[in-house]
Amino acid sequence: MTGWMHHLVIAPIILPMFICAVLLAFDERRRTLKRLVSLGTTAVLVVISAVLVWQVDGGRQALPGTPHVYLLGNWPAPFGIVLVADRLSAMMVLLSSVLGFTALFYAIARWDRAGPRFHVLFLLLLAGVNGAFLTGDIFNLFVCFEVLLAASYGLIVHGAGEERTRASLHYITFNIATSLLFLIGVAMIYAVTGTLNMADLAVRIGQVPPTDLMLLEAGAAILGIAFLVKAGIWPLSFWLPRTYAAAAPPIAAIFAIMTKVGIYVILRLSSLLFGDGTGAAAGFANDWLIWAGFATMAFGTLGILATRQLTGVAGHYVMVSSGTLLAAIGMGAESLTAALLFYLVSSTLAVSALYLIIEPVERNAGEEDMIDGIAEPVFDDEYTGAIDEEESEIGVVIPGTIAILGGGFIFCTLLLAGLPPLSGFIAKFAIIDALFSSAAAISPIAWILIALIILSGLATLIAMTRAGIDLLWAPTKDSAPSLSAVEVAPIGLLLTACLALMILAGPVYLYMEGVAAALADRSAYIDAVLGAPRAGEATP
Amino acid sequence: MEAVFALAIGTLTASGLWLLFRPRTLQVVLGLCLLSYAVNLFILAAGRLRTDAPPIVGKGAVDPAQFVDPVPQALVLTAIVISFATTALLLVVLLAARGLTGTDHVDGEEDDL
Repeated sequence: MTGWMHHLVIAPIILPMFICAVLLAFDERRRTLKRLVSLGTTAVLVVISAVLVWQVDGGRQALPGTPHVYLLGNWPAPFGIVLVADRLSAMMVLLSSVLGFTALFYAIARWDRAGPRFHVLFLLLLAGVNGAFLTGDIFNLFVCFEVLLAASYGLIVHGAGEERTRASLHYITFNIATSLLFLIGVAMIYAVTGTLNMADLAVRIGQVPPTDLMLLEAGAAILGIAFLVKAGIWPLSFWLPRTYAAAAPPIAAIFAIMTKVGIYVILRLSSLLFGDGTGAAAGFANDWLIWAGFATMAFGTLGILATRQLTGVAGHYVMVSSGTLLAAIGMGAESLTAALLFYLVSSTLAVSALYLIIEPVERNAGEEDMIDGIAEPVFDDEYTGAIDEEESEIGVVIPGTIAILGGGFIFCTLLLAGLPPLSGFIAKFAIIDALFSSAAAISPIAWILIALIILSGLATLIAMTRAGIDLLWAPTKDSAPSLSAVEVAPIGLLLTACLALMILAGPVYLYMEGVAAALADRSAYIDAVLGAPRAGEATP
Repeated sequence: MEAVFALAIGTLTASGLWLLFRPRTLQVVLGLCLLSYAVNLFILAAGRLRTDAPPIVGKGAVDPAQFVDPVPQALVLTAIVISFATTALLLVVLLAARGLTGTDHVDGEEDDL
C-alpha cells in the first residue's frame, strides 16, 4: 500500500467535511448546485468505502486480514491518534455510505427544501459516523460522536414545527447528558491505564493490578451506558421512537445507522478489551448485555404491537434490532458474530427503506402530509418560501403508484418480519443456526433469544399487515396520488441492496466470517496498530 | 487538596443533577452546565492532582517526575469547547421551543395541577 492509496482510509471523514465547508459558502438559493455536489460526494463515498472493503479483504476468507492503520500527523501509534480500517470498520463505512447516498437521493425530491443548510448538516453527520467507525482512539471516538450528534441536533429540527422542536429538546438534553457519562468513563479508564489508544488499552488491560480492576470496570460500565443509550437499549431509549417519528423521513432513514454506531462500538470494545485472553477482565458485563438485549427486544415487540402509526412501528423495530444484536454480542461466540453482522446489515437497510416508504404510503392514503406541518421560521436568517416556490415535483410523476408502493411495502414487511426468501430470513436463520450449532447442549438463554427473535418477527408481521390493510387497501379520499421517480428510486435501491444481500448471501457471509475471525483474533489488530510504520520509515 | 477537589466535584454534580430534573428548560440547561464543570474537573483529576508541576516539557533531558500529565489537560480543553458549543445549540432550540409552544416547560405544556 503506497502512494495516495494509503490516504484512502481518512477520505470518508475528510471528504464530507471539506465539501460541507465549501457548501456553507453558497447561498440557500443555489439549490441545484448544492444538490449535485452533495449527492456526488455521497456517491464518491460509496465508491471509496467499497474500495476500502476490497482492500482490507485482500487476505480472503478465514485469514484475519490486515487492518490498514493510518497515523494522523505521522505520530507513532500509542501517542498519536490512529485511524484503523479493518474488515468491520470498512463494512460499517460502506453501510453508512450506502444509506447516506439513498437518503440524500430521497431528500432531493422535496425534503431538503424544508429548512436551511440541510446538505451541510447531512454531510457532517456522515463525516461523524464514518469517523466513529474508523477511529482507533477512545477520545477521538468521543469527538466523532460529538460531530455526528451536533449534526443530528440540527437535522432533527429540520423542517421545524412544534412536534419536532419538542422532540429535539428532549433528544438534545438526553444526548448531552450521555456525552458527559462518556467523558467520565474515558477519564476513569485513562486514570487506571494511562492510555486512550484502543490497541494499547487492550494490551494494558491484562496488566491492571487487581486493586484497580474494579475502577477500570466501573469506568468501562459508565462508558458502556453511553453507548447503550446511543444503541437505543431499554430503558435508556424512551426518547427513540418519538424522536425518530418526529424527524423528517430521509433523516430518520439515516438515523437508522446511528443506533448501529453504538452497537459497533460495543462489539469492538467488548471483543478488544474484554475478549478471551485479557486476564481477569475477560467476559466483563456479558450477562448484562444479554439481559439488556432481551428486555429491549421484549419492549420493542410490545411497542410494535401497541403503536398505531407506521413510524412508531419502525422506531420500535429499530429497538428490536438493537436488542437482538446486543444479546447476540453478549453470547460472545465467534460463529454467532458472523450471523449478527449479517443481521445488522440486513435490518439496517430494511428499516431505512421502511422509513422512506412510510411517507409516500401515508400521503397516498390521504393522511395529512407531513411536510404541511412546517411552521413559520423561528429566526430571521432562515431562507423560507422554498416549499411554496416550487410547486411542481422534480422528476416525472409515475403511474401505477399503488402497485409500486404496495410492492415495496410487502418487500419491506417480508424483510423486517424475517420471512423467506429475503435477506431478513437468512439473517435470522443464521443467528438461530449459530445458536444451535455453537454448543452441544443449548442453554436456556439461547432458547429465550430464539423465542424472542421469532416473536418479534411475528409482531412485526402483524403490525405491518394491519397498517398495510389500513393504508393500501382502504379506498383513498384523494383520487390523484402523486409519486415522483426521485422518491421511488432510492427506495428501490435500498430494496435492491437487500435483494443482492439475499442472492449473494454466500460471498457476503464469507466476508462476515472473516470479520468475526478478525474480531476474535485480538493480537492481529494490536500488532497492526502498535507496529504501524511511520511514513518515511522503512517497513520492518 | 484531594478532599476539597472531591467536594467541589460532588457539590457541582449534585446541584447539576437536581437542576437537570427540574421542569423549566433554563434550569435544565444550567444543570447541564454545572454537570459539565464537574466532569471537566473529574477529567483533570484523572491525571493525578499535583501543584507546582508544569504540563509542558522543555528541551533537553528532563525528569518526567517533575511534570504533570499533559494529556488530561488537553482532553479537558476539548471537552470544554464541545460542551460549550452544544450548550449554545441547546439554548437556541430552547428559544425555538419557547416561541413555538408558548411555555418554558420541558414537555412544551404545563402540568395539569
